[in-house]
Amino acid sequence: MSPSSPETMRRLTYRDAVREALAEAMRKDERVFLMGEDVGRYGGCFAASKRLLEEFGPERIRDTPLSESGFVGAGIGAALGGMRPIVEIMTVNFSLLAADQIMNTAATYLHMSGGQFNVPLVIRMATGGGRQLAAQHSHCLDGWYAHIPGIRVVSPATHEDARGMLWTALQDPDPVLIFEHSGLYNLEGELAADAGPVDIDRAKLCRPGRDISIISYSASLIKALEAAEILSAEGIEAEVIDLRSLRPLDEATFLSSVSRTHRALIVDEGWRSGSISAEISARIMEGVFFDLDAPVERLCSAEVPMPYAKHMEAAALPQVDNIVELIRIMVKTHG
Amino acid sequence: MNAQRTPKKKTPKAERDHVLHLLKNMIRIRRLEEACAELYSAMKIRGFLHLYDGQEAVAVGVMEALTAEDAVVATYREHGHALIRGISAGSILAEMFGKQEGCSRGRGGSMHLFDAKTRFYGGNAIVGGGLPIAVGLALADQMQQRPRVTGCFFGEGAVAEGEFHESMNLASLWKLPVLFVCENNLYAMGTALKLSESVTDLVRKASSYDVAAASVDGMDVLAVEAAAQKAAAAVRSGKGPHFLECRTYRFRAHSMFDPELYRDKAEVEDWKKRCPIEAFSKTLKTEGLLTDKDRQKIEGEAAKEIKEAVAFAEACTWEPVEDLTRFVTSERRSE
Ligand SMILES: Cc1ncc(C[n+]2csc(CCOP(=O)(O)OP(=O)(O)O)c2C)c(N)n1
Ligand SMILES: [Mg+2]
Repeated sequence: MSPSSPETMRRLTYRDAVREALAEAMRKDERVFLMGEDVGRYGGCFAASKRLLEEFGPERIRDTPLSESGFVGAGIGAALGGMRPIVEIMTVNFSLLAADQIMNTAATYLHMSGGQFNVPLVIRMATGGGRQLAAQHSHCLDGWYAHIPGIRVVSPATHEDARGMLWTALQDPDPVLIFEHSGLYNLEGELAADAGPVDIDRAKLCRPGRDISIISYSASLIKALEAAEILSAEGIEAEVIDLRSLRPLDEATFLSSVSRTHRALIVDEGWRSGSISAEISARIMEGVFFDLDAPVERLCSAEVPMPYAKHMEAAALPQVDNIVELIRIMVKTHG
Repeated sequence: MNAQRTPKKKTPKAERDHVLHLLKNMIRIRRLEEACAELYSAMKIRGFLHLYDGQEAVAVGVMEALTAEDAVVATYREHGHALIRGISAGSILAEMFGKQEGCSRGRGGSMHLFDAKTRFYGGNAIVGGGLPIAVGLALADQMQQRPRVTGCFFGEGAVAEGEFHESMNLASLWKLPVLFVCENNLYAMGTALKLSESVTDLVRKASSYDVAAASVDGMDVLAVEAAAQKAAAAVRSGKGPHFLECRTYRFRAHSMFDPELYRDKAEVEDWKKRCPIEAFSKTLKTEGLLTDKDRQKIEGEAAKEIKEAVAFAEACTWEPVEDLTRFVTSERRSE
């Protein structure tokens, strides 16, 4: 993190960072338009597109009916036809109604056509739990989509990425899915006044440390950083890696970190079985097995559809306390 | 024609009892929803909360046409349907509190009320998600020669989903005993029907699948009841599915997070003049079927019911966290 003077930094919410990115993209490129349920008159179900209708009009801030498969497919078609659509699906849960278009069409077109038709489509959606919205509105399926070749999957955890990933995604010739964790929208943070596009390829070392590498993404990254702070007071220095992109995975960054710290904990809001955390763990085994002082550990969501009751939901999600406790054990019992 | 509205000619006393029963049911729902709004502000209820004020005549009228053997499928705006179907206000509120005595053990919350005893199959928070379920329940009845009806409630927003069209076609093709009840309150979150449908005549849509379809004033409980009785009788006699559009209006915001930027206050006020409870009361009074004393008695009983339900929910208990992963798969019965 580069030191910046107060004048060049400003405070804003993650939601505002997303909105700025949307507005900037619309201003810079006439081919860009936003389409999805309630993005216009309602202002976006998470208010991420509030007031954009006034500036850009209903052609480019396009309210759609409740037809996820239809408008995601239309986004694919518009991308093929030379537009640069940003399709907003309210949440990842509803993206499952469009899963066919995403997986069977967006992800396959280039390949099926022998390289003739690429799909420059960006799909944004909210993801994740923690707001007592129960089993049909709370799942974190970022890692699930990362299973699919042919698309990129990014999970911006920071204001910088919420602000900067969209433009880069729009420049990509292929479909990019952007997952915005619903628990992050209200989070305030600092952003450079001139913040702009950022890469969408690399993981980022957010906090250096010598004792263990915590590999995480999205809202779990915020918890990992909080845990690292607590552990630091106890003399345990955790290195924290923000994956940023789940597909492709920047394995070089996390493998080199694990080689230095010799321990790894993956914190992933997805379910454990068959998850992105399993993939990362496997890559660590494959890549730097002999550098490990302890088995790789994973902290994931409990394997249960998300319960509504607050205490049950809290117990189902990885929490700061769980990270701290697990790392204490990992650091003490091994090496 | 009028003879068809009320299936059996009632004695004056029975007629009076019946209309007071309808009025009372609508008032019970209204008081329940008022309690929910208050309890939400008091942070006893969390997550998403969608209230039913204004639409009471639909649930109350249609439920009259269903028997205990029939099944009900509803949406996330289902407190009223659940209450009138026979789930106690106490167990509904306990559910919203997240308590284990709630009708879904606190796992579901406001959007996912379930009850096997009354054949109440939820509480589905995926728009359109309930329709295929209703088709399947009806298919099971047909295959087992049970003369039952499945009542399926959904908002007009659902007609844009593929599942609406697929369900209409399946139900019609297989002549399944489903009563589709579309509660057309003119808005799907912030999107007005006229801005999301090329054809806003919903009866025409259903008819295009050869589903018998009718439209009724959803603010008039007697009209809803009569239309539902007629449709349910036809469905029960093996004539295949029916579609009933109930033209109604929601008086409150879509959920507790909605600033209502998309509709005029004047429009809301206009519709409030047609409040299903007050309009019905007025008619009954002019017809000499309702006295002020009757109304007071009903109000007193409804208030008592809800007050006791709140106290019950307060006194209920939290499910132990150790039970978190229960009910993910069925628990084997130890014979
Ligand atoms: C498949 C799906 N897409 C989007 C949503 C988000 N959402 C919840 S309610 C709603 C509006 C539905 O309107 P309508 O069907 O008319 O029912 P109403 O709320 O008016 O009762 C939307 C868009 C959802 N729950 N499911
Ligand atoms: Mg509606």
